[in-house]
Amino acid sequence: MTEFVKPSLDYFQLLPLLVVFGVACVGVVAEAFVPRAYRYVTQTSLTLVGLVAALACTVVVALDLSEDSDLAHADGRAHGLVAAVGTVAVDGPTLFLWGLILVLATLGAMLFGERRLDGGVSAFAGQAAALPGTEGEREASTRGLEHTEVYPLMLFAVSGMLLFPASNDLLTMFVALEILSLPLYLLCGLARRRRLLSQEAAMKYFLLGAFSSAFFLYGAALLYGYAGSMELAAISEAVAGATENRAMLLVGTGLLAVGLLFKVGAAPFQAWTPDVYQGAPTPLTAFMAAATKVAAFGALLRLLYVGLGNDRWSWAPMLWVVAILSMVVGTLLALTQNDVKRLLAYSSVAHTGFILTGVLGLQGADRIAEGEITSLQAVLFYLATYGLMTLGAFAVVSLVRDAGGETTHLSRWAGLGKEAPFVAAVFAFFLLAMAGIPLTSGFIGKWAVFSVALAAGAWPVVVAAVLASAVAVYLYVKVIVLMYFREPVGDGPSVATPSVLTAVAISVGAAATLVLGVVPGPLLDLVARAGEFIR
Amino acid sequence: MSLTPYIVLSAILFTIGAVGVLTRRNALVVFMCVELMLNACNLALVTFAKQHGNLDGQVAAFFVMVVAAAEVVVGLAIIMTIFRTRRSASVDDASLLKY
Repeated sequence: MTEFVKPSLDYFQLLPLLVVFGVACVGVVAEAFVPRAYRYVTQTSLTLVGLVAALACTVVVALDLSEDSDLAHADGRAHGLVAAVGTVAVDGPTLFLWGLILVLATLGAMLFGERRLDGGVSAFAGQAAALPGTEGEREASTRGLEHTEVYPLMLFAVSGMLLFPASNDLLTMFVALEILSLPLYLLCGLARRRRLLSQEAAMKYFLLGAFSSAFFLYGAALLYGYAGSMELAAISEAVAGATENRAMLLVGTGLLAVGLLFKVGAAPFQAWTPDVYQGAPTPLTAFMAAATKVAAFGALLRLLYVGLGNDRWSWAPMLWVVAILSMVVGTLLALTQNDVKRLLAYSSVAHTGFILTGVLGLQGADRIAEGEITSLQAVLFYLATYGLMTLGAFAVVSLVRDAGGETTHLSRWAGLGKEAPFVAAVFAFFLLAMAGIPLTSGFIGKWAVFSVALAAGAWPVVVAAVLASAVAVYLYVKVIVLMYFREPVGDGPSVATPSVLTAVAISVGAAATLVLGVVPGPLLDLVARAGEFIR
Repeated sequence: MSLTPYIVLSAILFTIGAVGVLTRRNALVVFMCVELMLNACNLALVTFAKQHGNLDGQVAAFFVMVVAAAEVVVGLAIIMTIFRTRRSASVDDASLLKY
């Protein structure tokens, strides 16, 4: 019988995570004790302060880590430590992803707090329990009720997102997956307008999400059976050493990949993406589309590179197929859409394919020539550019409205360029960035992932990616032509004036997309300094 | 004693759950099938823990139970809302979002 040892948790390194989780708990308490009239102000300020504080903590931890190992990051080697008894790896990539997720979450929280667009109420249901179209709902709406629970729920989701890419064993990864998903399922069903769509989206997301996480868990169980431990390092060791039970390893890898590829929204597991993106309240779609993808790709990279890096030739062919399929399916189906949110959803599927192209590149800093970037760096850069442009684009979608709330049907967007030249120009800019036009961040991101994949010999995937990009340009230009060169239908779209919250979120997204496209150097430098995953 | 039968049983349970999710129409039954899949995972985890002689798998099984309980709370809330709105919990009826 071994003696019980008190676990050491490394509170300092885990500070960003603990701050977000702590503020979420405080938010729940505030919900119970603060009078209704003050809840909105309390919750929004609490959420924003908490997220910014967590961001500051991330920077402090990052500075502390780079001081500890000032030699290490010069050549892009791994630096960091494994905290909380081997369950959480706080290393360069983790800290980069934490920073990125927290920036996206801060912008997302601003969109959550927007109340000017819908006449003084938020985009979330006044009273979720009141049935759509009943007296109860009308009463809730006349009394101006709103669910301020959405802020703590969002913070819980953020804490799951922070834990997800940092998790160093499969059990922590599973728990983080659920912590990030469960609040999102609920938030999906809370739209103020078009509540039937919203509830349907919540149910579809929930059932499919639970289904995919069961696959993830069975995969984790099989890898545990194979390696005798859930820790990624132990799995990596077992993969390098053991030659028996390869079938269990292969099946386990496949099942884990199903769970993670579902979360990133790669084909053939993309079925939920358009429905959920369309049905969910737009501020949530903006936040979820950006931050979930970042967190899930972080976890996917860690699992594939750290845990299964020695078994690369088993999973790489599978990812080839998934990447090509995602790009083809995403691009072709986006062409047939007539709803802006669904179009952006399918475009996100295509972008998942582009990011997966980057995942296929070479991993080690010692395996690449001077001046080239590693696959991890390319993917991290792409995630940063993609997250900011997607969040901005969905924030713009929330501005175009008519009497019934947001109007997302493409035909209603005709003539937007005449109605609101500035908003149309910003949206056109986001679309061009998604298409990967030079001088936008999308171009640098695509160039980075294509070049690492090419260096690793995955040229068929890159050919498919370039073709898909070309088709996608047609898609995005089609929308721009619609906005500028078509006559408006009826009395045309109207664009609501946002409060400063949404305006800031859109401006940050647009500014980042432009700046990262013109001077990508500093961010590329930052991802290079992030180094590799700690093993 | 061979532990293979337990693994085979867990694989069978997992498959029954997965097939159930894909074929059943009632959201509650679909959800129960998901829970069956999670329990199949638990059986596999506990069996592997016995095989390897460490406690990781058993501890994981506890975590999975807690997560499954949390999932029930969220899932039933969502399915209840859908049922109250539509008077039906069939996953086929909720089909406004498509194409």
